[in-house]
Amino acid sequence: MYVAVKGGERAIDAAHEWLAHERRGDRAVPELSVAQIREQMSLAVNRVMAEGSLYDPDLAALAIKQARGDLIEAVFLLRAYRTTLPRIGTSRPVDTGTMRCDRRVSATFKDAPGGQVLGPTFDYTHRLLDFKLAAEGEVPQPPSGTPDTTPKPHITGFLGRDDLIQDEPASDEVPPDLTREPLEFPAGRALRLQALTRGDEGFVLGMAYSTQRGYGRNHAFVGELRIGTVEVEMEIPELGFDICIGEVVLTECETVNQFKGSKVEPPQFTRGYGLVFGQTERKAISMALVDRALRAEELGEENTGAPAQDEEFVLAHSDNIQATGFLEHIKLPHYVDFQSEMELVRRMRREAAAQGDVVAGQKEAAE
Amino acid sequence: MSVQTAMDEAQVDQAQADRASTDQAGTGRHDPAYNFAYLDEQTKRMIRRALLKALAIPGYQVPFASREMPMPYGWGTGGVQVTAACLEPDDVLKVIDQGADDTTNAVSIRKFFQRTAGVAVTEATGEASLIQTRHRIPETPLTEGQILVYQVPIPEPLRFLEPRETETRKMHALEEYGLMHVKLYEDIAHNGAISTAYAYPVKVEGRYVMDPSPIPKFDNPRLESPAIQLFGAGREQRIYALPPYCRVESLDFEDHPFEASKADHDCDLCGCGDSYLDEVIVDDEGGRMFVCSDTDFCATRRALGHAGRLSGEALA
Repeated sequence: MYVAVKGGERAIDAAHEWLAHERRGDRAVPELSVAQIREQMSLAVNRVMAEGSLYDPDLAALAIKQARGDLIEAVFLLRAYRTTLPRIGTSRPVDTGTMRCDRRVSATFKDAPGGQVLGPTFDYTHRLLDFKLAAEGEVPQPPSGTPDTTPKPHITGFLGRDDLIQDEPASDEVPPDLTREPLEFPAGRALRLQALTRGDEGFVLGMAYSTQRGYGRNHAFVGELRIGTVEVEMEIPELGFDICIGEVVLTECETVNQFKGSKVEPPQFTRGYGLVFGQTERKAISMALVDRALRAEELGEENTGAPAQDEEFVLAHSDNIQATGFLEHIKLPHYVDFQSEMELVRRMRREAAAQGDVVAGQKEAAE
Repeated sequence: MSVQTAMDEAQVDQAQADRASTDQAGTGRHDPAYNFAYLDEQTKRMIRRALLKALAIPGYQVPFASREMPMPYGWGTGGVQVTAACLEPDDVLKVIDQGADDTTNAVSIRKFFQRTAGVAVTEATGEASLIQTRHRIPETPLTEGQILVYQVPIPEPLRFLEPRETETRKMHALEEYGLMHVKLYEDIAHNGAISTAYAYPVKVEGRYVMDPSPIPKFDNPRLESPAIQLFGAGREQRIYALPPYCRVESLDFEDHPFEASKADHDCDLCGCGDSYLDEVIVDDEGGRMFVCSDTDFCATRRALGHAGRLSGEALA
């Protein structure tokens, strides 16, 4: 009896052993390599890097393997590892305007300088299971062409030229760092964007969807969605100038939203912004919608009490590592608390029963 | 007076020595892949600053930049970070969960520090220089120089009355605790008693209302202690503290005074009449037994020859 919850040391070791065995699965089936996961499960790898706040496809693939494909568990592994890494310095802000785009679409203009590039998207696939993939066999090599090097300036830049869209002036202010400072409210937009980009995809998607269905509605057009590679530059003090230290793949989404204008400002479009590691389109669009919804107060819009307009609500609940940890901790023993509740309920029931006897007695006496 | 203090001290020492098999000396070596006690020194310094501030303003919740730890949020990451920031190589560590040293999460956290800090560990409350706990205060009275670190899930005592952090911080700043008193009053009006059995709110040094973490209210009187008490909430990024001998009052009303209650039984293993008890279901016919939740306290008493109702029986 008593042993079930106590004497945990042996139980823990045995559980770990079993887990490792289950992770491996049927040994007649060849083991997955980290490289296979990195190359063939790349969207899972991207999600884990984005929510793990660490750009390293190899480590993310390893985490997915270790987590048996549980992506939140993989994010957790990456985050815990991230804690131990020293911070060497801060890069320059990346210039997404110079992105080498694999994909770039705009829903607001039929065509724009740089063109529309569909890229490797599921969008127009028919969602029919492809049984050829179940059979062994290689897909044919795609025809090779010259890489598209036409510059692709930001679409919102064209609207900005005519003052049709609200300007977002650049700033040299050092942004706050969510991973080094405790989150305090009001958070401000820079901190909100940090929280959203590492927030749980499902949560951010749900919040964004709720704005589309009327909870803090602010109709969004996808002004531009671009996915591609940007260079990360850093100033090396010994050199005294910036050098490129590597490349990252990013997804950026800018939405164009209505704004009625106010007494002091003429009507103008406003923006929502999403920027996420890797090819993570759903997340970047969701982030842009939620970012815009959270700007309600700043833009003087009516606060309808919608969850997506509520900074405290969104930011305090968007992190899946915090959420899953706290949710799952209720599996831990709580028998001390439960015992105290049980004792209280028993006592209150006793008192209620005694009271009941008294009331019944009085009733009898009255009859 | 508690049973423990009534015991002859030498006898207790002997009894604990008899049980010393659970102790493990420090290896003096920690996992070389990580800094001593896992966290880097900058992070420890940041946490120590928060701890000093917390000790200077008893009961006040100090925000700190909690790190992601290799165990889940909600499983003691706040306590683990506070312990990591306080540990020195000569420390003797005890970790309990629900009062017990051998519950799975206590085992896991103890192993973590054995691996990353190489410190000595013990189950004996009196031997430990630092005790990390979840949900209990040890029965054996703590002494000066000891540190008790609590794992805290929700540090804000007003949270379930007001979900917004911006509001609750204002309420603390203005010492506006009317809402809490109304809640306790409504409890009495509805149920005839204050229906909070654990995480029972306290007022510290007549100023801040504080959540003592989900300890049973039975433990509340022992919040006034010669030991340093530190509270860490990792997910919620808060640290607070009670310095030694700090005044801690459980909230109540003159006509409904606070009462530290427990199951109305003696321990079935050691016979103790005034320790906090766990209820254990022993068969499928409603049979129950009651045992001390503090396993070290109970085992020490049994080693001294104390016996309870079922101590002679073989416990399957």
